[in-house]
Amino acid sequence: MRIQAIEAAQKRQDLPAFRAGDAVRVWVKVREGNRERLQAFEGDVIRRRGGGLGETFTVRRVSYGIGIERTFPSHSPAIDRVELVRQGDVRRARLYYLRELSGKAARIKERRS
Amino acid sequence: MSRAIFAKKLGMTQVFTDAGKAVPVTVLLAPPCRVVRVKTDAQDGYQAAVVAIGSRRKASRPVAGQTKALGITPERIRELRGLDGSIEAGHELTVDQFEAGAKVDVSGLTKGKGFSGVIKRWNFHRGPMGHGSKYHRRTGSLGPRMSGGGGKVFRGRKMPGRYGHELVTVQNLVVVAVHGDQQLILVQGAVPGPRGTLLKITDAIKGRVRA
Repeated sequence: MRIQAIEAAQKRQDLPAFRAGDAVRVWVKVREGNRERLQAFEGDVIRRRGGGLGETFTVRRVSYGIGIERTFPSHSPAIDRVELVRQGDVRRARLYYLRELSGKAARIKERRS
Repeated sequence: MSRAIFAKKLGMTQVFTDAGKAVPVTVLLAPPCRVVRVKTDAQDGYQAAVVAIGSRRKASRPVAGQTKALGITPERIRELRGLDGSIEAGHELTVDQFEAGAKVDVSGLTKGKGFSGVIKRWNFHRGPMGHGSKYHRRTGSLGPRMSGGGGKVFRGRKMPGRYGHELVTVQNLVVVAVHGDQQLILVQGAVPGPRGTLLKITDAIKGRVRA
């Protein structure tokens, strides 16, 4: 199918394998005027949804006491790279319950293989 | 002069811009169309190009009679109006006429919705679903028509009936990309009809092509 070819051409293979609960550092390309620089967004993956080219993942971090969630299209060229910081040990795929928790309770246990 | 081609709707996907923005696109397959014959004012009373679409092992007999001279066996033929006057029989229309950034109009038959109620078909409001209402998706009053004795319904009253499968043109769609080697053209946004439907792509009648 030709649509699959169009999608395949845009898919990126360079992302590390990560899942909900993992901590990642996402390097985002930021354009300021005509200068481009990289900005890191580090936090816990609370969701991966969708498949194929339309897949997205959401990273949550708490910054100065404010919870920030950013959703990235997995295959977006605006993402320079994703680093896997730590693997988490969680029992569900959508970690929305973290929004209700703060401080020590909002920590995710590390998965040891 | 205006450009045009016939295409088949393959389906939708998305394309990322360099800035990382996802653009929803419809992928259209447009193999080259040969011009079978040019209709003229003198001979036919109007101007049009008769164009061959697709190909099959053997053309139907009404089509075969018209395309024999070119030696092709298209699936069907259609007329295009408003093309460049210099076009002659045998000329080939390809996707390469269009370039990314151009604005086009796309027409085709929408998906058939069957016998539809007045809410889907005419965007009427529905009644409350609860509180003992019992008036949910009904047509409602057809209105008075008192003069002349009354008891009549005005012509053109919006009522339930067959909906969809009608010719619709979506205007000013932006061409996102053209892949000449694969005969594909990617257009931003949705176009009428199910996948596999036949569509006509023309230069936008309103939009100006931006340089």
